[in-house]
Amino acid sequence: MSPVTTPKSAPFGVGLLKGAAVTLKHLFRPAVTQQYPHERPDLAPRTRGVIALMDENCTVCMLCSRACPDWCIYIDSHKETVPPAKEGGRARTRNVLDRFAIDFALCMYCGICVDVCPFDALWWSPEFEYAEYDIDGLLHEMDRLREWMDTVPPPPPLDSGADAPAEVADAIAAKQKELDAARDAADAAASEAEAKTDEGGDSSKPAAKSAGSGKPNVADVHVEGAGEQLDQEVYDSLIAEGKSERMARAKAKAAWVRAQKQKQLDEDSDGGDA
Amino acid sequence: MTTILTLPLAQQASVLDVGNFALSAVFKIGVVLVMFMVISLVGGYLEHKAMGHMQARTGPMEAGPHGTLQLVADGIKFVQKEDVIPRNADKWVFAAAPGVALVPAMLGFYVLPLGPGVWAADLELGLFYALAIGSIGVLGILMGGWASANKFSLIGGLRAAAQLIAYELPLILAAAAVGIQAGSLSLVDIVDAQMTMQVFGTPITMWFIIPQLLGFVIFFIAAMAELSRPPFDMPIADSELVFGYMTEYTGIKFAMYLLTEYGGMVFMSGLMVVLYLGGWQILPGVDMPEGTWGALLGVGVTLGKIMLLIFVIVWARVAYPRLREDQLQKISWLILIPLSLLNIVIVALGKVLL
Repeated sequence: MSPVTTPKSAPFGVGLLKGAAVTLKHLFRPAVTQQYPHERPDLAPRTRGVIALMDENCTVCMLCSRACPDWCIYIDSHKETVPPAKEGGRARTRNVLDRFAIDFALCMYCGICVDVCPFDALWWSPEFEYAEYDIDGLLHEMDRLREWMDTVPPPPPLDSGADAPAEVADAIAAKQKELDAARDAADAAASEAEAKTDEGGDSSKPAAKSAGSGKPNVADVHVEGAGEQLDQEVYDSLIAEGKSERMARAKAKAAWVRAQKQKQLDEDSDGGDA
Repeated sequence: MTTILTLPLAQQASVLDVGNFALSAVFKIGVVLVMFMVISLVGGYLEHKAMGHMQARTGPMEAGPHGTLQLVADGIKFVQKEDVIPRNADKWVFAAAPGVALVPAMLGFYVLPLGPGVWAADLELGLFYALAIGSIGVLGILMGGWASANKFSLIGGLRAAAQLIAYELPLILAAAAVGIQAGSLSLVDIVDAQMTMQVFGTPITMWFIIPQLLGFVIFFIAAMAELSRPPFDMPIADSELVFGYMTEYTGIKFAMYLLTEYGGMVFMSGLMVVLYLGGWQILPGVDMPEGTWGALLGVGVTLGKIMLLIFVIVWARVAYPRLREDQLQKISWLILIPLSLLNIVIVALGKVLL
């Protein structure tokens, strides 16, 4: 241990003056008080105000209820038999949530239930103004917990350069696939329709072309302008959008194929006209 | 013997003496009550606000604009509260104690000159009266401490008695020096003496704070201790004695003790203004206008100086920690009393030589 050092004693009265100076300095500084009922407190984004329930996500796994140190989560449920999805399949059972209540008179805001929930059914909300005159009012049932869900702030943005969350990436890919399929179908329908209109009257069936017919026409211009370069353009734009290289290449190829098809169709129809 | 018992008569007429005895009495009582009730509350509001801002808070904000009516609201709250008397308490003494503390604090304002001609009475022994009546207050505190049947109250009351006796001496000795220099114990004469001091036969205007800075500092510290204001609030010391002699008091009686404290703060500040800061004079050498306007201006100047001193008392409260009981006694007996005796010697020498 180091020897105890006594602070160097200042001349008498210096400490008194210093103390007086500190208090006087603060007198002329703005106060830090927040006039709460008149102005809202600036709360941290992850403030633990109240626990919200996304009841659609709840599978009645009971993890939150068991993890709760205060035993303040009450869950009732029953099992329902779901008929087989396919003919000859097996009937399944499913848990249905009947009651989900949190007694905020007991809750100690530890947040273990929110952390432990594997299905994102429980969330923290920064709302805190739910004081009651009657302690029974602090028992929030499912409908009240669901209402708190509207006050849950969006999750904080990801760090720059982070991968999109798996479920988001999957959803984007699935949607893209769907859109591509729809476009292909539309292209096919349009080319068919165009072939038909070319045979018959020109402006007799504009409605039959529908939305799909506009796109091939626009694509025509591009295809005619530069056949091979178009792939690169699509590829570049997709890369610029932040898509993966694999996806961009696939789409660029698809675009090229489409363009080729369209070109051939156009040539055919031109030949027919001539 | 009879001469001693004769009441000191008023010397200079007050503007409040309007000929009609009843009307004059009403005016005088009005001045005393306004000083004790209203100005005390203003001082209390100043304390709330100044203390709040010194601690980076805002102080009261809700009752009235910027919390100006907070103390009125507090008073209404105190009146509504249940008046609890402990079972083992000495009931009559317990009930009388706040009044015994409050009335002397109010009576002090009887002799306090507020402006030219504005005073309830100008007694020949004004300073003596003011200090004597102020000392009666300790009786109320002792009574409250004893009658509460509570160990904290008792310790608080005894501490208060010890402290008030210890600080009575430097207070009186410092005031005595002012009396020596002014050549009178009348508070009005003391104010006048600060306008017409004579140095080697030349009349000059000089507030007594300049020749008696030491006396002023002693008086200020002793006054803070007399009022049991922090950092001299050993009798209350809420961290050790709950609330000292006020522990068992609730409601209106508690409010009376608090009002005594605020009223005492105004009274002691007023006394310091009269003794050391030239009373109603704006600055040394600045002439006051005559008549009503002069009187009103004088009252305003006095009240402004009182508020300034209250601010300093509050400032000391915020800035300094409470003194320990032995430190508190040491400061009085070993430092302030010898210094005040020295002050008297210096002033007396100056009075004789100059």
